Formats: sequence, C-alpha cells, structure tokens
Amino acid sequence: MIRGIIIAVLGVAIAATGYWGYKEHQEKDAVLLHAENNYQRAFHELTYHVDQLHDKIGTTLAMNSKKSLSPALIDVWRITSEAHNNVSQLPLTLMPFNKTEEFLSNIGDFSYKTSVRDLDQKPLDKKEYTTLNSLYKQAENIQNQLRSVQHLVMSKNLRWMDVEMALASDKKQSDNTIVDSFKTVEKNVGAFSEDSISPTFTGANTERKGFTHLKGKQITEKEAVKIAQRFAPDHNYSIKVVKSGRKTNRDVYSIRMKDADNKSFIYMDITQKGGHPVYLIQKRAVKKQKISLNEASNRAVAFLKKNGYETKGLEIDESAQYNNIGVFSFIPVEKNVRIYPEAIRMKVALDDGEVVGFSARDYLAAHRTRTIPAPALSADEAKAKLNKNVEVRETRQALITNELGQEVLCYEMLGTIGKDTYQMFINADDGKEEKIEKLKSAEPIYKDL
Amino acid sequence: MKCKGAFMACLILFSFAAAFFDHHETVHAFSNQVIQRGATGDDVIELQARLQYNGFYNGKIDGVYGWTTYWAVRNFQEKFGMKPVDGLVGAKTKQVLISKSKYYREYVMEQIQKGNTFTHYGNVPLENQTKPRAGTQKPAGTNKPAQKPQNNKGGQSNQKQNTTAANMPGGFSNNDINLLAQAVYGEARGEPFEGQVAIAAVILNRIKSPLFPNTVAGVIFEPLAFTAVADGQIYMQPNERAKEAVLDAINGWDPSENAIYYFNPDTATSKWIWGRPQIKRIGKHIFCE
Repeated sequence: MIRGIIIAVLGVAIAATGYWGYKEHQEKDAVLLHAENNYQRAFHELTYHVDQLHDKIGTTLAMNSKKSLSPALIDVWRITSEAHNNVSQLPLTLMPFNKTEEFLSNIGDFSYKTSVRDLDQKPLDKKEYTTLNSLYKQAENIQNQLRSVQHLVMSKNLRWMDVEMALASDKKQSDNTIVDSFKTVEKNVGAFSEDSISPTFTGANTERKGFTHLKGKQITEKEAVKIAQRFAPDHNYSIKVVKSGRKTNRDVYSIRMKDADNKSFIYMDITQKGGHPVYLIQKRAVKKQKISLNEASNRAVAFLKKNGYETKGLEIDESAQYNNIGVFSFIPVEKNVRIYPEAIRMKVALDDGEVVGFSARDYLAAHRTRTIPAPALSADEAKAKLNKNVEVRETRQALITNELGQEVLCYEMLGTIGKDTYQMFINADDGKEEKIEKLKSAEPIYKDL
Repeated sequence: MKCKGAFMACLILFSFAAAFFDHHETVHAFSNQVIQRGATGDDVIELQARLQYNGFYNGKIDGVYGWTTYWAVRNFQEKFGMKPVDGLVGAKTKQVLISKSKYYREYVMEQIQKGNTFTHYGNVPLENQTKPRAGTQKPAGTNKPAQKPQNNKGGQSNQKQNTTAANMPGGFSNNDINLLAQAVYGEARGEPFEGQVAIAAVILNRIKSPLFPNTVAGVIFEPLAFTAVADGQIYMQPNERAKEAVLDAINGWDPSENAIYYFNPDTATSKWIWGRPQIKRIGKHIFCE
C-alpha cells in the first residue's frame, strides 16, 4: 500500500519534472530562436543594402546633372550607414572584418563630403570619378560574395548562433562555414582597398597620432620620476614607472604614485621625448565644498603657471561643477585668436583646491608655431551670414578643426534664440558655416515617480 | 474616505504654508564666493531667484549656473553699468543685486523640496507662481497619497544639494553616462581607477572610430564586443567610482592613449586580438590599437 503510494508520488514527481524540463527546453529554444532571428535579419538586410549600394553607386556614375547627383550621393551615404548598422549587429566583433567595415565608412565619408559640396561650383573632378569607379567595382565584388554567403546560409540552413558559439569559444573556428566565407570577403576587400582609396578623403584616418613630433631629448626613467614629483602637487611616495607604447609611437613613461595624505593613487603619463606630462589623474574622496568654482579655476591657472605653461594667453572655455569637483578647459590665445585644437583640461577638487586631473594630450598633439592669417571678412560681414533670428552676444576669432580635419580660421559667435544658446563658427575667409552647435544646458535630475 | 481626508489635510497644510511664508520675507545674503558659469548650489539658486525677481532671468530656478543664467547676469551687469560685463558674480554685482531685488528663501526652498514648478517674479503674488509637481495632487482613487510623501523624503535625504538639475558634458545625457558606467563597472570592477577611465575611453574612441557603431548603446551592445554584456554583468548597479571614471573619460582624459581594443591576457581566447599593436597595460588589461 505504502509502496504503491510512494511509487505513485514518485511517478507524478518524475512526470512533473519531465514536463518542467520540457517547458524549460521549449523556452530556451524560443530564446535562442529569437536571437537567431535577429542575426538573420541583420545579415539579410546587410546583403540587401550592399546590393542597393552597388546599384546606387552605379547610378551616380551615369548621372550628369548636378541636380540629381547630390541626392543620389546622399542616398549612397544613407545606405552605407544602414549597412554599417547591420554589420554592427552581427557577432563579428572578434573576427577581423575591419576592412569591409572600413570600406563601408569610406564610401560613407566620400559620398557625404561630395554631396554636401556645392557641385555646381565644384563638380566631381577626374580623380573623384576614378575613386567612385573603383568603389563601384569593390561594391560589386562585396555584393557577389555576400550573395554567395547568403545562398550558402540558406541552402545549408546555417545558424548564426553557431557562429557566435564558435567565435566566443575560439574552438573549431575554421570549421564554421559562415566564418570562413566572411574571411574570404574580408581578404578580397583588403586586396584592393589600399590603393583605390586615396588618403585625401579618409578624414578619420589622418588624425595625428603619437608623440614623435615633440621637441626635446629622450629622458631617462629617473628624470621622468623627477618631473612627476615636481609636477604632482604633493609629496608622493612609492613611485612606480613603466615604459609603454613603443610599438605604437606613443612612447611614454606611465607613472603611479601614492598620494601622501589621501591614501589614493595618482596616475601620470610623461612622454619619453622631451618629458612632457600627457595627463595626470587622481581619484580620491572629495569632502564638502569649501572653495568656489571661480577660486578653483584660479588654482588651475596657478598650477599651469607653476609648470611653465604660458598662462597669459590662456582663456577659460568650459567650466562646470560636478558634485564637488570643478572641471575646466583652457584654450590658448594667440593674437586674439583662440586656438581650439590646443585645449588643456583641468580638474580641481573643491574641498581643498588641489588639482586632481590634468590632460594636455590635445595640446601636445596640436601645438606648434602657426602663422595665423588675417581674416578676409570683417566681423560684421561674418555676422551677416548668420541666421537672422540669432541674437549675437559675443564675437571673437578662433581657429578650429573642421569636418575635413583642416584647421580653419573662423569668427566664433555666441548667440541666443529664445532660451537656447548657440556657438557658431563662420569661416573668416569665405563665410561658410563651419560648425554650429547648440550649447548644452543643465539636465534636470529625473526623480522616481 | 481615508484618502479624501489625507488629501484635505494636505490642502489645508499647503495653503497654510503658503500663507505663512508669504509674510516672512528674509533678506538672505550670498556666501562670499565669486559665482562663475558652471557653478551649482544654493548661491546659484539665490542668484537665479533674484535675477528672476527683476525679470532678467526667465528660465527655471534649478541651481545650475548655465548659459541662460550667464546672459541674464551679463544683461544685469550691463543695465546697472557695472564693468567689466563678464558674467562673474563678485562682491559688487551681489551688492547691487541684493539692493535691487528680494529673495524669499523659504518659499523657494520649499518649492524645490516639493518638486513644484514655480517662478519667483517680483510683481506677482507668490501663491500664484507655483504649481505642484504633476502627480503629487492626484485626487482620491489613485490610492497612493500616503506613499508619495515618503518617496519624496527618501529623495531629499539622498540629495546633497538643493539643485534640481546637474551639469552634463555636451552630447551625453545622464542616462548615457549611467549606461557607460554600467559597462565600465561590469567590465572592470576590480581595476584601478585609471583602468576604469581607460575602458570608458575605449568605448568613446569606438564611437568616434569608423569601424564601430556611432552611439553609446550601439558600441556597448555590439555582439561579442564586451564580456560583461554577454554574461549579463552589465545589468549590475554601478557605483559612484565607475560614474566618475566615465565623466573623466567624456571630459577628455584617456589613459588608454586612443586605444580601441583591450583584452585580459589571462582569459583572452582570440588569437587575433593578440596580434593588434599593443599600447600599454593597465591593471589586468592590455590596451591596443
């Protein structure tokens, strides 16, 4: 009797467990399928967009009228951005799929820059047509290969989830068909991307890197420690130095010091050439605010002066208080022109006014002696180029890096429309609007309802 | 019935409070700091309220010295012939401001603490200038009037300042910063502060790079990009340290020296990542191009 009951109970328990397990399994499958569907969608959309891209570039090649060329190029730009978006949703991050992505962003850059240009005044030149032609061929190539991958995926019922597993575990990576075919795509793109895309329009790649252009002699580790001790505001101890960045032209001594009274670390990088401090950063508890933001900015200037920066020509640009820390950026001014690419950033604790952060990366990268040309337009002429609704409050000259990565002399104007404040840069030579930015106002603190 | 009673009590209390504070105008003075653009705190609240009293400032009294406040200060300085017109609120500007305006401190503080929408103009009776926060005065039926004040109180005790807004670096919202902080916290909880800033900087460098998506969420949730996303650690509540690291990275600090990849040499499985040109090692992570 009892045995019977036990058996019955166990039987029910087993059946229940089985049912539960089956449900779990079903749920898991549903989730996996859902993820798989997302991958599939991204992939099929990618092939479709590359298809479209190829067609659209083809159309632009055939076009003669400038009126239709600009919209067509804008279309190319839009499609590349969508294709790029699709790529970023696929689990390809751990796989070298760089060149294809770079290709996409290159087409994007090219089509954007040419479409926003006034093609009536400056039509596509021969070189640009050659570039467009080679981009067209390349797009065709990628299109064909993606189409064949797509065929493979569909005919063999391949799963992207398997790709993800394969890439994440790095086992049997070579066995995965999708991974293999994508590697082939990549190889082919790489084969002729180098020469077809001239560096003139790969704006993102021209950015100067490294500290090799700096002046000064190579310093030793001991000298670096001395510089660090002089630079950092306290008596610090247990200083550790590591050399790094040799392979990538960023030869620096990375220094870690212990702050004498705050029991926290100060981190610093000093270039090996010339011994210039690149940045300093310290994380410590900041107590109640005792000094004002204004006083803090004065301390920041005093700090820069102490360390040999030309402080007479420094103007404060950003100043903001985050809890009990003041963050500032200073812009060097030469002949009444603000040199925006050379900004220096500072962070000051508002409890005792100590400098807790310094960054001169931009300054080191961009600083050199410049000949600043005289502006061709007068300030009033530049002002006339602005939207009539803007009430201009401040005007000055400034040097900025524009979208194409060139340094241009501008009139910088601060103005308001209603309650919004705008920062506007008008090219001082041809009156072009180089950059218009709405300056951010404070964000309300959202409370839980 | 209960709800209705509480509601009535609230109303009575409220009208009493309004009447009470209306009769007590205090001439409150600033602390002796020079107030500069970007500052936050009680002095800024007073500054905004006083400027609004004279009609110079039409924005929200939120305790953050932003651009709207800046232009208001400059207009004020210009109107009263102060030199230089620089937007710095020093002793002179404060003195003129105090002599030209009134500041109902209790009224303002009460409105802020209640989360009401309010103004502080000089020529309108104060009780006409306040509107309760949406939701606090819902009629009975929404069964929560007893809970609401509690929630409010909790919010206040956590807050250090009376400001109702915060400075945010351009291009990012508080929620973006939170998402970044989640990623940093999930990826590098145990790392030195410098390493956390570096990881936040890598995410920002990726946003700028043509090889990666252009948004915070796009970069963070890219499949297989971050282990913390894959294993769900990103959904942990980040601490203040992670947030500060993110703020530093956004404000321009980059200990990774423009890296766009990093990996943990002890656990990295991909051979490819080892082939990237390495920049430097911070804590457990190697950063590379």
